[in-house]
Amino acid sequence: MSERKTMLQVENVTMQFGGVVAVNDLSMEVREGEIVAIIGPNGAGKTTAFNVITGVYAPTNGRVNFDGNCVVENYPHGKMKKNYLGEHAGLYSHVKEPTPDELTGLGMARTFQNIRLWKSMTVFDNVLVAKHLKRSSNLFSATFRSNRAEEARQRKETLELLEIVGLADVKDELATSLPYGKQRRLEIARALATQPKLLLLDEPAAGMNPQETQELTQFIGQIRKDFGVTILLIEHHMDLVMDISDRIYVLDFGRLIAQGTPAEVQKNEKVIDAYLGVVDDAEN
Amino acid sequence: MIETKNRKSAWIAFLSVLCFLALVFGLDQLIKPTDKLGMLLIVLQKGSVYALAAVSMNLLNGYTGLFSLGHAGFMLLGAYTYAIFTIPDKNRDAVYQYFDAAIRFSIPEQLSKSMGGFGTALGILIALLLAGLVAAVLAWLIGLPVLRLKSDYLAIATLGFAEIIRAVFQWSKLGPVTNGSNLLKNFARASKFKLEIAGMKLSLSTFVPVLIATVSITLIVLLVNSTYGRAFKAIRDDEVAAEAMGINLARHKMIAFVTSSFFAGIAGATLAMVLSIAQANNFKSAMTYEILLMVVLGGIGSITGSVIGSLLFVAASEWWLRGLDSGKFLGIEAPTVFRNGFRLVVFSVIIMIVVLFFRKGIMGEKELPDLFRKKKKAPEKGEQS
Ligand SMILES: Nc1ncnc2c1ncn2[C@@H]1O[C@H](COP(=O)(O)OP(=O)(O)OP(=O)(O)O)[C@@H](O)[C@H]1O
Ligand SMILES: [Mg+2]
Repeated sequence: MSERKTMLQVENVTMQFGGVVAVNDLSMEVREGEIVAIIGPNGAGKTTAFNVITGVYAPTNGRVNFDGNCVVENYPHGKMKKNYLGEHAGLYSHVKEPTPDELTGLGMARTFQNIRLWKSMTVFDNVLVAKHLKRSSNLFSATFRSNRAEEARQRKETLELLEIVGLADVKDELATSLPYGKQRRLEIARALATQPKLLLLDEPAAGMNPQETQELTQFIGQIRKDFGVTILLIEHHMDLVMDISDRIYVLDFGRLIAQGTPAEVQKNEKVIDAYLGVVDDAEN
Repeated sequence: MIETKNRKSAWIAFLSVLCFLALVFGLDQLIKPTDKLGMLLIVLQKGSVYALAAVSMNLLNGYTGLFSLGHAGFMLLGAYTYAIFTIPDKNRDAVYQYFDAAIRFSIPEQLSKSMGGFGTALGILIALLLAGLVAAVLAWLIGLPVLRLKSDYLAIATLGFAEIIRAVFQWSKLGPVTNGSNLLKNFARASKFKLEIAGMKLSLSTFVPVLIATVSITLIVLLVNSTYGRAFKAIRDDEVAAEAMGINLARHKMIAFVTSSFFAGIAGATLAMVLSIAQANNFKSAMTYEILLMVVLGGIGSITGSVIGSLLFVAASEWWLRGLDSGKFLGIEAPTVFRNGFRLVVFSVIIMIVVLFFRKGIMGEKELPDLFRKKKKAPEKGEQS
């Protein structure tokens, strides 16, 4: 495993909102081809970590490397210089704040905890629009239809993708008319349409019953094989997490409290205290 | 399968547009402006201008979800650009009575010197495009700072821009260019457009404005149905998701804003062409609200709706409800009630009723070809969220 190249490296990332430190000195690593999970109680800062990695928020301090390059970096400056509550204040000295679409262009794609499909569009169009990024046509070639070949190719790819994820039969339905489980699946398909190297899934099994969760677990494993993507996921369903993750990071109050293989994490006292015990209670 | 279905509806649309243009051309010959049915020509002329204005506003407000209120300002820019560059030399001093005209260059006139009638037509086309371009460049300049802000600011900024532009164009210091608060006239206007073939004089006064609007609206339809149009809709539906899927928000919002303003400029130029005058004071924010109303009446997010909305709006206000102002309506004579201003009262009431009871407008989000398709049940929008 360790000889695989690093796909994502998060270094000392701190995200502070006013006086709230949502993510505190987070360092983690995802290697090519891995499935890595982030777990932790509600409000632990998992989604915030995703938002920093994908460019939604610029971190207060720290750096993110993706596929061998530094893509995000920041340090406490300006007003934050006085108010910074985290560590390693002097470690970084550059500002690099790309917009999310730039990072998607580099090969990251994500889904959302609270599903964000385009509600006026069909299933087919939801996936097709995500291919807009890969087009070479400009405004004029698109308006005057001299991009026909490209458009036809993208439509074909969209259909193929929908077939692979099992949504081809509902392709003309409105995205929001699908049942919950299929909407989540469509969000994954839409992310895959951008041809990512790294796929970030924010609670893909939220709201699913055990049967659906089981199917999703297989589905995620299958995507890794078929699309050769690396996967970082946030999840509360422990069966799913323990089943498919190569490694797990555990967050609590914004801090990393443990990391390791599923077996190691399950035995970790701190994790049981902070989270796993709670989950068992909650699920009974 | 998708391809053939699309191609078929594209052909149907293309043929119906051709038939419509042929019909307008025929009407232009058959009806004289002084006839009883002359109102029909005026409704077609003004209606097509407003249809273009409404569709271009819909591109931004309906399809991209950016709420802008500067349409009258961009139309003003278009109208003035067109007028200034088509006033023939011999009329210029009469138009600029109180100023020394600074721009002494009529594009149609210059081109007609070497190319005759074709040059005139080409010159008018160039002046039209220039009108669109001036509006587009201004939109770009405004968009640079404003589109980065939340979209509420766009409405405020564009509204302010429209008011400022109107004041600037009436400013006497700019008189040599804009003629100050006086109107511009005697430029290339629709009432003079004619075609002479084999000794026959064919009127083009209605055909040309309708043609300009039709071609422009067709271009907007093509844009909306392209990969860019889909990206606009994605931004409208969910900006965060659009950005996460690789759509550059700043760039695409700018494209929508500039394109919308370009066509607003063309609409303004065509309006000047139809009205035979251009005067800054006519492009008040009330004009923007009127256009917004046409968009809402037709259905936000439907181009067909915007066209129908504008035609009905213009027909009702200019023609069908006229009698309410002049003493006799539907055969009832009541000069004490039906007098100046009553039409506006009735008109406002009708619009209030429509807006209250037909929230989604006439077309909702449907387009013309959808009406011929088999009905498919779609879930009510209001139920989700
Ligand atoms: N934009 C923001 N402004 C202020 N505080 C925020 C913001 N985003 C997140 N937070 C705070 O950061 C903390 C972490 O939130 P986050 O959504 O990352 O948790 P999470 O681990 O994803 O939780 P859950 O399991 O409930 O999804 C919370 O206390 C939240 O209130
Ligand atoms: Mg979360």
